[in-house]
Amino acid sequence: MEFLVASSVGVLTAAGVYLLLRAHTFPVVLGLTLLSYATNVYLFATGRLAINAPPLIDAQVARYTDPLPQALVLTAIVISFGMTALLVVMALRSWSASGDDHVDGGPAAPGTAPEDRR
Amino acid sequence: MSLPLIVLLPFIGAPLAALMIRAGRNACAGTAFAFSLGAFALLLSHLPDVLQGEPIEAGWSWLPSLGLDLDFRLDGLGFLFALLILGIGLLIIVYARFYLSGRDPMGSFMAYLLAFQGAMLGIVLADNVLLLLVFWELTSLSSFLLIGYWKHLPDGRQGARMALTVTAAGGLAMIAGMLILGDVAESYRLSDILQQAEAIQASPHYLPALLLILAGCFTKSAQFPFHFWLPHAMAAPTPVSAYLHSATMVKAGVFLLARLWPVLAGSEAWFYLVATTGLVTMLAGALIALFKDDLKAVLAYSTVSHLGLVTMLLGFGTPMAALAAVLHILNHASFKAALFMIAGIVDHEAGTRDIRRLGGLAQAMPIAATLAVLAGASMAGVPPLNGFLSKEMMLQEATLLADWAGNAWLVAALATLAACLSVAYSLRFVIHVFFGRPRAVLAHHPHDPPAGMWLPPALLVVLVVAIGLMPSTLAGALVAAAASAVTGGDLPAHELALWHGFNPALGLSALALLSGLVLLKAYRSARASWSAGPHPQAKAMFDGVIDYVVDLARTITQGLHNGSLQRQLAFAVGAVVVLGFGTFLTTPYEAGERATLPAEPVAVVGWLLLLAATGAVLALHRNRLLALVNVGVIGLIVSLGFAYLSAPDLALTQIAVEVVTVILLLLALAHLPRHTPRETGWLRRLRDAGLAVAAGLGAGGAVWAMMTREFETLSGYYLEQSVPGGGGANVVNVILVDFRGFDTFGEITVLGIAALAIYALLDRGTPSVYGAPPAVPPAQDASNSLMMAVAMRIMLTLSIVVGAFIFLRGHNAPGGGFVAGLVVSIALALQYMAHGMRWADTHMRIDYHTPIGWGVVVAATTGLGAWLAGHPFLTSTVWHLDVPVVGEVHIASAMFFDTGVFLVVVGATLLALTSLARLRVGDGPARKPGTGGAAARKEA
Repeated sequence: MEFLVASSVGVLTAAGVYLLLRAHTFPVVLGLTLLSYATNVYLFATGRLAINAPPLIDAQVARYTDPLPQALVLTAIVISFGMTALLVVMALRSWSASGDDHVDGGPAAPGTAPEDRR
Repeated sequence: MSLPLIVLLPFIGAPLAALMIRAGRNACAGTAFAFSLGAFALLLSHLPDVLQGEPIEAGWSWLPSLGLDLDFRLDGLGFLFALLILGIGLLIIVYARFYLSGRDPMGSFMAYLLAFQGAMLGIVLADNVLLLLVFWELTSLSSFLLIGYWKHLPDGRQGARMALTVTAAGGLAMIAGMLILGDVAESYRLSDILQQAEAIQASPHYLPALLLILAGCFTKSAQFPFHFWLPHAMAAPTPVSAYLHSATMVKAGVFLLARLWPVLAGSEAWFYLVATTGLVTMLAGALIALFKDDLKAVLAYSTVSHLGLVTMLLGFGTPMAALAAVLHILNHASFKAALFMIAGIVDHEAGTRDIRRLGGLAQAMPIAATLAVLAGASMAGVPPLNGFLSKEMMLQEATLLADWAGNAWLVAALATLAACLSVAYSLRFVIHVFFGRPRAVLAHHPHDPPAGMWLPPALLVVLVVAIGLMPSTLAGALVAAAASAVTGGDLPAHELALWHGFNPALGLSALALLSGLVLLKAYRSARASWSAGPHPQAKAMFDGVIDYVVDLARTITQGLHNGSLQRQLAFAVGAVVVLGFGTFLTTPYEAGERATLPAEPVAVVGWLLLLAATGAVLALHRNRLLALVNVGVIGLIVSLGFAYLSAPDLALTQIAVEVVTVILLLLALAHLPRHTPRETGWLRRLRDAGLAVAAGLGAGGAVWAMMTREFETLSGYYLEQSVPGGGGANVVNVILVDFRGFDTFGEITVLGIAALAIYALLDRGTPSVYGAPPAVPPAQDASNSLMMAVAMRIMLTLSIVVGAFIFLRGHNAPGGGFVAGLVVSIALALQYMAHGMRWADTHMRIDYHTPIGWGVVVAATTGLGAWLAGHPFLTSTVWHLDVPVVGEVHIASAMFFDTGVFLVVVGATLLALTSLARLRVGDGPARKPGTGGAAARKEA
């Protein structure tokens, strides 16, 4: 099970980083989403994996998984949503202002690397 | 209490003085004067105690864990400095009232002046070195504002910047030095540190601490080779120069040398560093002063020279030299402030400060001339004025100095030479300006200024004469109190007097006076040989160094970050990869031993699906819609994974967020291009793939290594306390709304801000004017199927009930404000999708800004409520109510907090979604002809 989680984190990170390095906005947004998944699972895994041990206090249950990483990840999920939303709207603004979907804004933006221009 | 108030009063007065300018210039200056006077009166009320050698202490605890406390202490040295700061400050306020013209904003001037005054008082009264450093930096900042007060003058701006750069750089060094000092003495309390002389001098860290602290003192007190900023600071209005460079700013460094004298002085390093620097500064300053033509420049270099004198005396390390230093601090402040004010009067009335164009002003301005003669003679060291007293004591100490690097008379000779130069430039200041024939036709008809301008220097000149005539009576007790505070012990028997009989010092004094007169007589030829010599320009060197540093920084920055996000991100990821693998490869690795869970078939199926979906995202990422669908699949599997691995709350949240995210990205895709163009350059793609694989291997490997090891958690406390302390069985929710409620409060605030930012970004109706026409009509015009519309209305009711259920049970079972907020948001968003924006807008009149604001307010109020009960912020309470029929109900105050979370989540989510959904194609103000597309025209 641990291997499945670890390899998933690895694959999601790799895909996220690759998309993050693309030159156009939407793949970058998706890449960031994938990286968020990877990070959240990573954080969650700091409490180690446990099956059938939710942190819901019950007099009959003796074994609980670590609740703290879960609390951290819960807010992280919601914040990632806020960040994704802000990012995609910024991409939209940039697109509508410059007519270019490139992450560095318009074609006239100073100091940009020309090799990835459309 | 009255002690901290002395420091606080100027700070309180600063904003008030700035406001009072609306009632006129007199009211403004009057306010500033009143606050200074109040502090002055409070200070004087402590005089009897201080003269008896009993320091006064007061203060509050501030950050005891860091050793930073608001401790203040008033002893003889602090009293003398506070007296100068406030006494001369009062005179400066009066003088400035008449000096500044009607065009100068007096409100800000008085505010800066008072802030500076307060900061200086803080330095001299603080009894905690960290607190002292805070005030030290404040003086650098407020003096920057004062020096650059005439913002329209480039000289003023450059001078202020140079002063700030030099003194703040020294301040940084001093922070390090003070921290070392506090570390060695095991206390940041100044009076404790002063008791630790032996421990500090024996410590191996003594020399670094000394060097760092001296860097701070020497930059502040303009000691060679850091003296160059002071003359450039003369671009400030004259009242500022008079205040900063006679009694305050530059004296701060000297003050600190005196303050730390008991622990730092006495070593060979101290002697050679401090005494030599002082001697060189004294000589160099006096030499340059003689050949300056601007009255203020003469005074500036003379100040440098006199500060060198005081530094040298402190460097000698003997109690009598320290006493002479203290006396000279008092004397220099009195005559130098008067001379600066006189220079300002001359400038004001004659229209120039150039000595070459002035002359014979005594007839036109008899009052100013009398004051200048007396103060200037004191600066030259002519008996019976106060400047003579301390200069003779300095010469006396110099002759007593038996040994400077094996040389017995060198210091005395050089000190006499400096005294001779000082006589020459002082008398030049007086004679070339006020006597002889007028040398140029002046624009103005010079005459004596209004009383408000000559009374302040006149008061100081009275002191100059009186202290000179009756030193023991007037200043004896105060100087002795201050000097014994410097030495931290008893002083040798001494008497302040004009006449000590015939001794070597008297001889040297007379020699200095005579040779100074001769030198002034031969000024023309001396000037010629000076002009022939080389003149290194400190400003050019300083600018060169600054330019070099700026260029270097720019080169490095632009080398790493040329404005391309891709490049920057590649560097960031690459750095993490290199650092991570570097550390991994250079440290021994052992496989973890924690037992792993078996992989059940269902988990393997989920894993395969996740891999396939991720692969699909990568392969299809140029087709944005398909990629998005696959991202949704990944999110779904992640959420299932959370459910499988005992995290029901996370599973609920993840799936709800997934839905909202996909809706949001779909809405955005309606405006963005559908396809990503293919990127050229397979090399670039290969590089990115390499980075990505490395990052993935690193992250996956790290999480694997972590999960296969045992761990300790602090969650035992949360598990134990969740029910008794937090009143809820769902530990995750209790942590969110109770134990770590402050974090959650921060996070909902961030979420709200993100939503408001989205709204602000889209408020002007940003269209995709360049966009290809959307293939499907945007959501707002969807007159979708009737079935869907009806179903969604029923769904709304059901969803809200589900949301309420999830919210209410959240404290004890999976759920809570976050999830409930997302569920209700989805239900409301579905209405927009099913009915179209126009219908939904008319039927659901909710302004989504409101819940965000109220949510934060509710959460904050819940937290603040704990204050009323005397508990820390966000302490929660549980009430047990007996409700008929329902039975016992637990109401935790955390539930109100969760309501705040709920409101923010609903407001933020819907504000983001509706802002995006309201965008219309072709709404924008700017449109590039021919690219707007058919749809844009059709919409319009």
